[in-house]
Amino acid sequence: MAVAKVCGIETEYGIQHVGGDGNPVASSSLLVNAYVSDLARAGWDFEDETPGNDARGFAREGALPPEVETHLVNAVLTNGARYYVDHAHPEFSTPECADPLEVVKYDRAGEEVLRRSLTAVRHMLPEGQSIVVYKNNSDGKGNSYGTHENYLMDRAVPFARIAHLITPHFVTRQIYTGAGKVGSEAPGSAGRDVFFQLSQRSEFFEEEIGLETTLKRPIVNTRDEPHADPQRYRRFHVIVGDANLAEVATFLKVGTTALVLALIEDDAFGGLELTLANPVKAIRQVSYDPTLSVALDLADGRTATAMALQWELLGLARKYAEDRGLGCLGDEAVGADVLQRWEEVLQGLETDPETVADRVDWAAKLHLLEAYRDRHGLDWDDSRLAAVDLQYHDVRPERSLFARLDTERLVDQEAVMQAVTEPPRRTRAYFRGQCLKRWASAVASANWDSLVFDLGTDPLRRVPMMDPLRGTAEHTEDLLNGSASPSELLARLSA
Amino acid sequence: MPEQEKKRRQPATTREEQPTEEADVAAPSPQGEKLKAELDDLLDEIDEVLEENAEEFVRNYVQKGGE
Repeated sequence: MAVAKVCGIETEYGIQHVGGDGNPVASSSLLVNAYVSDLARAGWDFEDETPGNDARGFAREGALPPEVETHLVNAVLTNGARYYVDHAHPEFSTPECADPLEVVKYDRAGEEVLRRSLTAVRHMLPEGQSIVVYKNNSDGKGNSYGTHENYLMDRAVPFARIAHLITPHFVTRQIYTGAGKVGSEAPGSAGRDVFFQLSQRSEFFEEEIGLETTLKRPIVNTRDEPHADPQRYRRFHVIVGDANLAEVATFLKVGTTALVLALIEDDAFGGLELTLANPVKAIRQVSYDPTLSVALDLADGRTATAMALQWELLGLARKYAEDRGLGCLGDEAVGADVLQRWEEVLQGLETDPETVADRVDWAAKLHLLEAYRDRHGLDWDDSRLAAVDLQYHDVRPERSLFARLDTERLVDQEAVMQAVTEPPRRTRAYFRGQCLKRWASAVASANWDSLVFDLGTDPLRRVPMMDPLRGTAEHTEDLLNGSASPSELLARLSA
Repeated sequence: MPEQEKKRRQPATTREEQPTEEADVAAPSPQGEKLKAELDDLLDEIDEVLEENAEEFVRNYVQKGGE
């Protein structure tokens, strides 16, 4: 039986420091630090902080000394998320979530964290400077940064089988997960006639499988860093997706992928053969074709559209749901919603992509671009269209074009605000977040799979959390509530 | 929305050349009018918030690759 698909998303945000010195690492650090020091002002107790806390990178109150600006920051938040500087971008990793709907909530909480960071950093910047962040994946000039997904899997499933069977999904899911992009960044003449494409990222993928993430990007990434018991679990790391603004797109990106992975885990593909002859070529073909009609070559000599392959996968998933239920998605009702929305969005795309503009980013963006183009009589290479594309992803509500569209919401605003500080209840993120919330000053370091406490007495005490499905509210809420101090908690844990 | 725009999306490059054709064929329904008005409002708003110097705005947005 497939293991519960604990899942999460890591998003690297694009960052623009207007009037800055052009060092994106410094700007990103400043931004993350501004958020964390604002938390300190809001009542976090850092008075007793020990040098060990530097591992979390929490900054103290007040103006930051200049050296902090180039220091790579890494903070773990009370919602169990990680907020840090990765390469030259601020990055938000959601906590481990129990189902795809919860991922949507924490992905949106991440946007809110970035927005609050922008507010916090404003008073730290000299006159005439400002920082803006974009939830997108490309600068339009050949530089891409990632949005990665993670799914818990059973270690017993051979990786080669996962890679083989998931590839057709990764090549074709972009028909509803693509965030849309004006033009092409492909070198040479490959994308010369592309005025608009489905995905921000697809044309950056050059290999079928591999370990790289920044060059020669592979459709299937082989990073093996389980952050959990390596005998039992694998963390399947996905680098081939776009950052989505539309909630339904995020929901389907994670929901359909978790389902297809469960099918693979439970060997439920039957004899269905969807292998593509050339996945790297196909992923571009699909992205470059907003009419969704391009025929992809299959390994067995047949051809099929991305849509047809998605219908096949949906059919398999439906049968799987009938046979085994959808408990592996963390919640039966959420799983049923994934199936229904998957079908509706495919139907909509088949009728006219404009009918899913309230759920699919590329369709929303294309609709907007075409209307704007008509109004002003613009050619596709007009920079105003590239500006619309970029500003679609601006996280500031007063500037975001996405925020002006009437797209379907799955999570209400109040729940998102709560998720900025509260951890999920059904994964180990609960224990991590709660400990930070209650006893931040006693937590020397927080990682995905452990917490290290400094109780002021030797030695430091490490609490391993090797199972993402333990440390939940169900397991630890009473324990936490019954402990008046971290030492009491640790005493009870080792009792 | 489906009633208004049932027809298959045409390649965008050919749309501009015949922008009024559909409008001439049938009288727009009240719902169609409403949608059009909403879209006009949206486009007005975009004209207001879109970065003024689009060319410079787009040119200056340069990122280091990440991941």
